Amino acid sequence: MQFSFKDAEHLVRLAAIFAIGGLVFAVARAQMVPDDFGTLGHYRAGAIDDERARTPAHAGQAACAECHTDVVELRAKARHAAVSCEACHGALGSHARGEVEKPARPDGRETCVRCHAAKTGKPRQYPTVPVKEHAGDQTCITCHTPHNPRIQ
Amino acid sequence: MMDRRDFLIVGGRILVMTAASAAALEHVLAGTPEAADTYTTVDHWWAMTIDIRKCIGCGNCVKACKVENGVLDEPFYFRTWVERYHIDPADPEHPIVDSPDGGKNGFPEKYEDGVGKTFFVPKLCNHCTHSPCVQVCPVGATFLTPDGVILVDKDYCVGCRYCIQACPYGSRYFDPRTNTADKCTLCYHRITKGLKTACVEVCPTGSRQLADLKNPDDPIHTFLRENAVDVLKPQMATGAKVFYASLDGSVR
Repeated sequence: MQFSFKDAEHLVRLAAIFAIGGLVFAVARAQMVPDDFGTLGHYRAGAIDDERARTPAHAGQAACAECHTDVVELRAKARHAAVSCEACHGALGSHARGEVEKPARPDGRETCVRCHAAKTGKPRQYPTVPVKEHAGDQTCITCHTPHNPRIQ
Repeated sequence: MMDRRDFLIVGGRILVMTAASAAALEHVLAGTPEAADTYTTVDHWWAMTIDIRKCIGCGNCVKACKVENGVLDEPFYFRTWVERYHIDPADPEHPIVDSPDGGKNGFPEKYEDGVGKTFFVPKLCNHCTHSPCVQVCPVGATFLTPDGVILVDKDYCVGCRYCIQACPYGSRYFDPRTNTADKCTLCYHRITKGLKTACVEVCPTGSRQLADLKNPDDPIHTFLRENAVDVLKPQMATGAKVFYASLDGSVR
């Protein structure tokens, strides 16, 4: 029995199809996978910069202290010294960037009650009051100044 | 008349000056020195410390996180949330856990003072060193950055939700706006600019602290040394990097 090209023709055709398929895959892959994929690991390295590019909504304590030195100085001696401005005033990155001229004041009761309402589970040494008995329906800022809350 | 020697000297100077001025211009275009990017990922290894004894369950962190990251307001989308644990001394193995609206607006009084034990446990992504979510992602859309933060590449995520199932801490959710998985980024856009994370920024008692394990002066080293510290589900060997001080054994 003699081997002839005719017997192997179908194999050559098959090999050609595989070769073309492989080429198409290689070209498509090179086109679709970003250049920075795999430079740091099995991910797109540029995704790190995408995440970094976002604008912060909270300005951060340092940004507040740049302008509001009087309040920061007052608070430094008071019991709220370690509480950052945005803990009560909310996110004010827009104000720090100059987009919002005059942000809304925090509520003079709800803001305080959030932390200082007596509740089980709070640490013993943390200052709390039973709000209804302590203040009735009055706002907290009737008696306390928020930046220096201890009544002199 | 300029000879060859002079020509070379003058020509050389012009070349050097051009290069120097080009470099200077580039520096100017990059902005003021403070604004120029000096952040190097490999110099940091971010973590967080949470002191259970200091948490008052005010929910400031949950609220600030939603604002900072534009998280949907429905009570099942959270990047961080606070759980209230109540342990009845008659049945200490089955703590009662609740987290109304993720603790965003505090906790309505439910337990009688002096009966059993009640405490608050803030939770968030643990930014695991050996993270199950990264291991299961089939497309490389979620990954550990060189500075130790787990991020999601929303351009690459195909929305298969494997990672949401794989996370032992329930830290992930599916964002219906983008049809991708989403989670806490440890405020990567803030910490790489020298700011604290939003939750740490607004925590009134300092219960939460952002920490950099590669910084030898970071208070985390004292924190780890001087407290009874644990991570959540240590048996999962995830290499979790959110360290809790005084974590009760009943916390899951």
